[in-house]
Amino acid sequence: MKYTEDHEWLRVDGDVVVVGITEHAAEQLGDVVFVELPEVETVMAKGDDCAVIESVKAASDILAPVDGEIVEVNEKLVDNPGLVNTDPTGAAWFFKIKVDDLSVLDDYMDEDAYKELIG
Amino acid sequence: MADLKRTVFFDLHVKLGAKMVPFAGYDMPVQYPMGVLKEHLHTRTAAGLFDVSHMGQVILRPKSGQYRDAALAFERLVPVDVAGLAEGRQRYAMFTNDAGGILDDLMFANRGDHLFVVVNAACKDQDIAYMRAHLSEVCDVIAVTDRALVALQGPAAEAALEALVPGAAAMKFMDVAILPWQGVDLWISRSGYTGEDGYEISVPEGQAVAFAEALLARPGVQPIGLGARDSLRLEAGMCLYGHDIDEGTSPVEGNLTWAVQKVRRTGGARAGGFPGDARILKELTDGPTRRRVGLRPEGRAPMREGTQVFAGPEGGAPIGTITSGGFGPSIEAPMAMAYLPAGLADGAVVYGEVRGKRLPAVVAPMPFHPTNYKR
Repeated sequence: MKYTEDHEWLRVDGDVVVVGITEHAAEQLGDVVFVELPEVETVMAKGDDCAVIESVKAASDILAPVDGEIVEVNEKLVDNPGLVNTDPTGAAWFFKIKVDDLSVLDDYMDEDAYKELIG
Repeated sequence: MADLKRTVFFDLHVKLGAKMVPFAGYDMPVQYPMGVLKEHLHTRTAAGLFDVSHMGQVILRPKSGQYRDAALAFERLVPVDVAGLAEGRQRYAMFTNDAGGILDDLMFANRGDHLFVVVNAACKDQDIAYMRAHLSEVCDVIAVTDRALVALQGPAAEAALEALVPGAAAMKFMDVAILPWQGVDLWISRSGYTGEDGYEISVPEGQAVAFAEALLARPGVQPIGLGARDSLRLEAGMCLYGHDIDEGTSPVEGNLTWAVQKVRRTGGARAGGFPGDARILKELTDGPTRRRVGLRPEGRAPMREGTQVFAGPEGGAPIGTITSGGFGPSIEAPMAMAYLPAGLADGAVVYGEVRGKRLPAVVAPMPFHPTNYKR
C-alpha cells in the first residue's frame, strides 16, 4: 500500500491502481453523505479532480494520484456513502485507474512514512 | 486563536472528547466522539444536551416595575406584540433596522415584572449596546454574565429534566418558569432550536457543570455539538442569523410573517412604530419580491450555502442563492434554504449549480422534518 499527501491510499492490482481515502482522512471528514465518482474510461492526468466526497461538514475533491484511465468505479459508495467511514481501506475503494508504468508509485509514501505524516 | 473565549463547560467538553472549533468568538464543541450524524439522530430519538452559553442573556427591568412599560419600549425595536404576551410565556422576535432588514433574531419572555431576552452570540455586544441606547430611559438593561445556558432537546428531555427539576414536565411549549435545583434558580423555557420538544435552561455558572453532569447521567442524554445543532435546525426550517436572515433581508422576505402579530400590522391597535415599519408593513400587504423558501435537491448531492440557483437547466441569470444547505440525517436527503422570486409555488423545479453542473431541486415546504412540540 502507498499513500499520498492528500490522504489517499493506493493499492496495486496487476496494472491497475485501486484508490481510496485513508482512515485518518475519513475520520477528519466526518460522516460521509455523498460520493460522486468519475465515469469509466475517463482519461485522467495526475492532479485532476476525480471524485467528490461530501461529509456532513463540507465537500472535498479526490485527485487522480497518477496519469491513467479509469477502468472501474465503486458504485456501492453512491448508494451507501457511509461505507467510507465504516471501511475506508476495504469496501470503500473509490476507483481503479490503469497506468502505463507502475514505477510512478515509487514517489509515494509507504505506511511508515504516512504514519509519520499524520503524527 | 489565543483570544477565544471559553464557556464554563470548556473542561467538560474536552473531557467528553469534543472537537473544539472557533464559533462567534468562543471555543465551542462542533462534535463529540459520536459524530455529527449520530448526534443528530440521537437528539431526534432520545435527548441531546447543548452548550449555548455563548448566547447573550439580557434582562430588561422597567424602572416603573410595570412589565407593560418595558414591553411598549421594546416594541419600538421589534415588529412583534410584546405587550400582549402573557406572563410566563416566551415569543420569537427580531430587531429590525430603518431599511426593514434584520439586525438580529431573538427570544423574549414575560417574567412578570421584567423581560428576559436571549440573543445570538455573534450579535450580543451590539444588541446590548443597541438596547441600552434605545431603552435606558424606561428600563435597566442588564447583561447577565454570570449564568450559563444549555439546551436539552429531544423526546427524552422531559423525563430527564423532570427527574432533576420537578415541575418541568408540566410546562408547555414556549412556557417559561423559574424552578429550583440544589438551592439555585434555573430559568427554564420549553423551547429550542431543533424542532424537538425540549428546554433551554439558564443556570448560575457556579452550579452549571454539576447541573450538566446530572443531566448527562440521566437515561438517553448525550452531549451534542454545533454540527448537529445546525443540521437539526435546518431540518426544522429555522433561520441561522447571518446566513438565512441578515441586515439585507426583511422579516417578510425571510418568511417570518408569522412572527408579526396582527396588532403590529396595518389596522392593528399598535401598528408600525418599529424601525423599517414602512417597508415591512407594505410587504405584508403587497407581498415581497423574493422570499426564503425550502429546497429539496434531487439525488443525494448537498447544495451548500452560496450555491447559485437558476430557473432552467441552461442559460439565464441566477434567480437566487442558497443561504443554508446540507444533508438532513433524519430525512436522509439533502435540504437547503434559498431566497427565490416570490410566487414560486411548492413543487416548482429550479436548478442549483454544483461544481459547474446544474442539478434540479424542488421548492418544498418547511420544516423538512415534522416538529414535535408539546403544546
